Amino acid sequence: MYRYDAIDKDFVADRAAEFREQVARRMAGEITEDQFKPIRLMNGLYLQLHAYMLRIAIPYGTLNSAKLRRLAHIARTYDKGYGHFTTRTNLQLHWIKLKDAPQILDELAEVGMHAMQTSGNCIRNVTADPYAGAAADELDDPRVWAELIRQWSTVHPEFSFLPRKFKIAVTAAAKDRTALRIYDIGLHLRHGREGEPGFEVRVGGGLGRTPHLSPTIREFLPARHLLSYLEAILRVYNRHGRRDNIWKARIKILVASLGAEEFARQVEEEWAKSNPARIDAPEAEVARIRASFAAQLETLPPRSEAVEALMAADPSFARFVKHNTHPHKQPGYAIVDVSLKVPGQTPGDMTDVQMETAADLAERYSQDEIRVNYTQNLILPHVKLDDLPEVWRALDAAGLATPNIDLVSDIIACPGLDYCALANARAIPVAQHIAERFADPARAEAVGELKIKISGCINACGHHHVGHIGILGVDKKGEEFYQITLGGSGEDDAALGSMLGPALPANKVAEAVEQMVEVYLRQRKEGERFLDTFRRTGVAPFKEAVYADAH
Amino acid sequence: MPTLIKAQGGGMVLANDAFTHVADDQDLPPGDVIISLARFQAEGDRLLSQGRSVGVRLEAGEEVEALAYDLPRISVVALAFPKFRDGRQYSNARLLRERYAYKGEVRAVGEVLREQAQHMLRCGIDAFEPADGSAPAHWEHATRRFRHVYQRAADDREPAFAERGV
Repeated sequence: MYRYDAIDKDFVADRAAEFREQVARRMAGEITEDQFKPIRLMNGLYLQLHAYMLRIAIPYGTLNSAKLRRLAHIARTYDKGYGHFTTRTNLQLHWIKLKDAPQILDELAEVGMHAMQTSGNCIRNVTADPYAGAAADELDDPRVWAELIRQWSTVHPEFSFLPRKFKIAVTAAAKDRTALRIYDIGLHLRHGREGEPGFEVRVGGGLGRTPHLSPTIREFLPARHLLSYLEAILRVYNRHGRRDNIWKARIKILVASLGAEEFARQVEEEWAKSNPARIDAPEAEVARIRASFAAQLETLPPRSEAVEALMAADPSFARFVKHNTHPHKQPGYAIVDVSLKVPGQTPGDMTDVQMETAADLAERYSQDEIRVNYTQNLILPHVKLDDLPEVWRALDAAGLATPNIDLVSDIIACPGLDYCALANARAIPVAQHIAERFADPARAEAVGELKIKISGCINACGHHHVGHIGILGVDKKGEEFYQITLGGSGEDDAALGSMLGPALPANKVAEAVEQMVEVYLRQRKEGERFLDTFRRTGVAPFKEAVYADAH
Repeated sequence: MPTLIKAQGGGMVLANDAFTHVADDQDLPPGDVIISLARFQAEGDRLLSQGRSVGVRLEAGEEVEALAYDLPRISVVALAFPKFRDGRQYSNARLLRERYAYKGEVRAVGEVLREQAQHMLRCGIDAFEPADGSAPAHWEHATRRFRHVYQRAADDREPAFAERGV
């Protein structure tokens, strides 16, 4: 993976030193909380319901063992011994003291980490395909481009005070695993006629109050012009995005109001007037970054006798292999998904000890790499098949081997009203109650792929609009209610969900999910997932089942 | 009279302000003035013909393109920051320097805090009226905080990829 050189190290150290001074000014009363707020937000520090929350950046979700061990150490020393991985592949610590924040940033800087731009109206942490560098279907390693964007966007002098936050995703595989179309900018790498790399550029996706899937504004942008073209998009947005209404300030509103074609025209016009040669990174820099991501993979037989034998002998291992491993581009290797979705526990939470276990396994068995997926799970991207039994045993012993990737209990949930100052309702207990009903792995397996996504408010951090089943918490006169949507999807078959019916009280949600699953199991045709059945039948049978009592 | 800090010789100095900010409903005093875009469009020719130096204040929603043909005659472009978090003027500043090669003074006015020092300087703003009581030393400190930068802007700092010289 990319390793910080002296310049990158100086940069995060300088930023940590700056923040230390700013906190000192705040604690000495030289600046007010109002003046301090944008400063702390730019460093990932939020004031939540119970304490400060620190959101630590994990650029394109890539970690190594040293970084993950440091996160474990920070969670143990300065928080309550656990952290929460988010849908933006960051780590949140929910019980931080302001006085400790500078020290934490110093300790992060030592391992090339920071909390820069994890909040505020700036370009946030860049997302890339979590299987990057390992996926059998990838054309290129998207992290090369994501790292280029990370550097370019860091403390950008023009684009640090945008109308609203700004998120970019990059994928370079046939299949999208980033939820690309819900991003402000989604970059999908393709090859041009001569085999040269370029990007399909999508702009204006987003969830929240007004969900939009992004339209394409350019079919093919030569990859070498990535940064200058991004700069043109950001400039049009910085100048013309709305600033009078926080709910209309995201770029999706600008793109929707101008129309994709007119927005594209403005970007092209701006780009044509710019001087790309000053902005674009030289080929040698791209090559330098690319070299840092090259994994050292061995030539191995495509089949492992050890794996075959254990699969035959142990159905739990067979189930793990079936659901939590994916084909690797290199024969003899597998991508291993580490589930942070134990039924009954908080989705995305991980203890310090579990982090250390995952770090040890990555160091020993996965080229020292760990990934964070936006689905709030981790990934060991380069595991030799022969090592799989050992890795599984170690994960299982640490409570990290729940065989439920993409199944009904692999639920995305935001922190909700248990932590978040913005939330209207709790999300975590809803996820727990649903997952508990499908805790039997055989039952979850029989239901198959079913993506449930829960948000505790309309800001949609839990991506409910694009859940096969989406659940949105709302407040009705002080009581928690939940609106259900069906048929959404964030990836290749991206779609926004449609409403099931009136909002349900908290104690009815898990039951409703179970009723809808029963409808699916009755109605499904050969090979259909929940989503396929829903798209064929429409909402009627599901609605009928959930609201039968009300008739 | 507000404090005026200017970037000079790689540092920051306290400067005397020869210009008077004049609101649209105020009578024009003698001497050098900074006036609104609308007033400049109405009265600019006359004022310039009197031999005064004239500066133009652009509000955050006003675009530098409106001044494109007048820039050679304008001594100061004052970019107004209505709020710390309103970043439109950073684009105006870069366009002034990089697209229109404007050589006069670009001044930040409004809610101008030392936290923005590096951003402003890098976008080509070279004069500042701070609203937080900060002194030149604070601005100098803030602009020297980062030993490296990651992108080219309107200043002459070279980005990390050029420093690496790969």
